[in-house]
Amino acid sequence: MAVSNNGTADGTQPKVSVRGLWKIFGSGVPTELTDEVQQSSKAELREDSGWVIGLRDVNFDVQPGETFVVMGLSGSGKSTLVRTLLRLIEPTYGSIEVDGEDILQYSEEELIEYRRTKTAMVFQHFGLLPHRTVEENAAWGLEIRGIDRGERMERAHEVLDLVGLTGWERYRPNTLSGGMQQRVGLARALAADPDVMLMDEPFSGLDPLIRRDMQNELLRLQQQMHKTIIFITHDLSEALKLGDHIVIMRDGAVIQMGTGEEILAHPADDYVSEFVRDVRKSSVVTLRTLLEPVQVKLRMDMSPKEAMEALGEMGEVAGFVANGRETYAGAVSFASLAEANQTGCTDCSGALLDDVAPLSEDMSVSAALPLVRHMSGAQPVIDADGRLAGQVSPRSVIEMMEQESLAEAEEPSTLSVGADAN
Amino acid sequence: MALASPPIGNGMGRGVRDWFAGLSDRYIYGGGAIIFLMLAWIGASLWGSNLEFPERFTFGKALAVRVDDLIFWITVNLAFILDPISDGILRFLVELEDFFQWVPWPVTIIAATAIAFKVAGRRMGIFALVSLLLLGGFGLWESAMETMALIAVAVLISIGLALPIGILAARSDLVDALIRPILDAMQTMPAFVYLVPAIMFLGIGNPAAVLATVIYAVPPAIRLTNLGIRQVSPGTVEAARAFGTTSRQLLVKVQIPMAIPTIMAGINQTTMMALAMVVIASLVGAGGLGDDVNRALSQFQPGNALNGGIGIVILAIIIDRVTQAAAKERQEALMGSRN
Ligand SMILES: Nc1ncnc2c1ncn2[C@@H]1O[C@H](COP(=O)(O)OP(=O)(O)OP(=O)(O)O)[C@@H](O)[C@H]1O
Ligand SMILES: [Mg+2]
Repeated sequence: MAVSNNGTADGTQPKVSVRGLWKIFGSGVPTELTDEVQQSSKAELREDSGWVIGLRDVNFDVQPGETFVVMGLSGSGKSTLVRTLLRLIEPTYGSIEVDGEDILQYSEEELIEYRRTKTAMVFQHFGLLPHRTVEENAAWGLEIRGIDRGERMERAHEVLDLVGLTGWERYRPNTLSGGMQQRVGLARALAADPDVMLMDEPFSGLDPLIRRDMQNELLRLQQQMHKTIIFITHDLSEALKLGDHIVIMRDGAVIQMGTGEEILAHPADDYVSEFVRDVRKSSVVTLRTLLEPVQVKLRMDMSPKEAMEALGEMGEVAGFVANGRETYAGAVSFASLAEANQTGCTDCSGALLDDVAPLSEDMSVSAALPLVRHMSGAQPVIDADGRLAGQVSPRSVIEMMEQESLAEAEEPSTLSVGADAN
Repeated sequence: MALASPPIGNGMGRGVRDWFAGLSDRYIYGGGAIIFLMLAWIGASLWGSNLEFPERFTFGKALAVRVDDLIFWITVNLAFILDPISDGILRFLVELEDFFQWVPWPVTIIAATAIAFKVAGRRMGIFALVSLLLLGGFGLWESAMETMALIAVAVLISIGLALPIGILAARSDLVDALIRPILDAMQTMPAFVYLVPAIMFLGIGNPAAVLATVIYAVPPAIRLTNLGIRQVSPGTVEAARAFGTTSRQLLVKVQIPMAIPTIMAGINQTTMMALAMVVIASLVGAGGLGDDVNRALSQFQPGNALNGGIGIVILAIIIDRVTQAAAKERQEALMGSRN
């Protein structure tokens, strides 16, 4: 399994680093990981000993400032995972380091300090205090730290405003709708102003419009604040929208980890494919995944004759020209080269076609479709630095879009509202 | 994998067990009854009826003597603790009673009516007004105030005991398991059993009456304090802890405030049980309505006994409805009427 984990490759310390993390619910679980446990499946273990696997050998790093999304079906261990990061659930085996400190070694006081200053959590089921007003709930983290009332209320009102709850400060949470309560939970976490935000399906109770607003708001906040966010969802489109990295869990184990695009392009197994199926891949997957090596790479200083020979050798009628530093210069065809040859050009510049525009490798497949659908041959693709990265064939772009619309015709998807290519 | 094997593993045992499991309960109980009768008949013909427990196995008398000794020992040797307790309770009771008697009855009735009206509604206000006037009409005002003082002191002491004990029990399963049978015993033990030790410890009179009342009435307050704290939703507690509450902050800022309606229900029950004790309490020297009933009975005056009984019922209804309404109001405030 290709686990792309950029780890500490670039020398920075990961914000959160989880290694060999297990959680087994039940009594009499051995203190050391046994082979027996390691080799039995979740169902087997439950049958044999009544133990329930919450987490199974979870490993990942979260880089500072990134949004790290954890996905999986119900019961896959997502909530268990975030809870262990706060030690609301004590893991059975493994280690968790935050800023290089092993939080499992923390004393009671250190743990309280860690929870107060470094982290804040948004709960799937809100977890608001019913006997406190909305503003008191929002200010909870500050109250616990002993910040005086005036100051904490001011901060609470700021964040309540941010989540769109102005005017509701003095109501009790139970008088609010589920979505509003979820925003109180969000405000409470934001008010605490933590380094690491743990968000357990924070938007799942919201209706689609507010959900989109909140997602955008989170993206906007994230651009300003650069917090490290560990975000749980079972909605892939949300994961793709927000996540820099995504892990997919099943039965407590991580089964795939990578960027959204990597996961869409190469689902690790059927379980992941199931997830991915309903998403409009084409709007997320970029041309990079369809990239083919350039068949005929020509150089600017070649003579038209040499270029025509190179084309002939490969049996192609067109090719791409790069200049000295691999920068893309343009496309030529057999015909344009022949014409340039006759007019006596000594290099290829005279043969460049002016109706071929290079595509960017970061362009999504659906965005590329209108540009390539009437083309017959391969199209040049360049990277961010303008270098020739490869080529895509219009065929592969169209095929991908067709597969997708076939899948949608079979089973109408709610997600088909997005980018429409036709 | 042999992580857990069932206790009966061999073929024979399993066969018998399966055969039993196949029988319906009706046959098992019916068969059991027949076997019981047969054994009884055989035993009775062997040993005769009225089979005595062998003398050398009985230890009740010896134990009783030990307990007597212990109580005497405590009475004599712990007097330096017991006397101040007795004096304290008495002082408290007398002061409160004097206050209740000092307030002129019209003022008391107006105050009680106003409180009932505000807390429990118009109907209860009217009920309080009429029934308290009736109480005066029966000539029971003074006794009623005496009883109220006794109840107030007993309930206050009960609360003072119940809160810390209930909180401890809520936070420790061990404490919970230890006090549970004690509370059961306190509630089911006939009151006469602890009246005598109460008199021996605190002397005849009101302090012993208060002690007996507290023993009988405190269990529900403890139980419901424990329950109230334990039933605070785990999600709320978890979320509070996630932000770094100390266990003290959790108790004071989350668990106790959210347990208050349940604790109030416990205090309500405790008060009702204390009222139920007033007649028994009068046996060890408490005055008030209980004493009225008791005296009427010993003098064969059923009419007077009924008067006193009605007086107790009136107090009980007013206190019950008002405290219940207060608890309910608090519950609603907690669970979200808009404020
Ligand atoms: N306290 C517990 N005791 C026993 N088993 C538990 C406990 N908490 C969770 N589990 C089990 O651990 C597994 C993972 O649960 P978890 O709540 O982490 O799932 P989830 O991925 O968050 O699901 P959802 O999307 O429904 O919230 C489940 O099989 C669950 O039954
Ligand atoms: Mg969950």
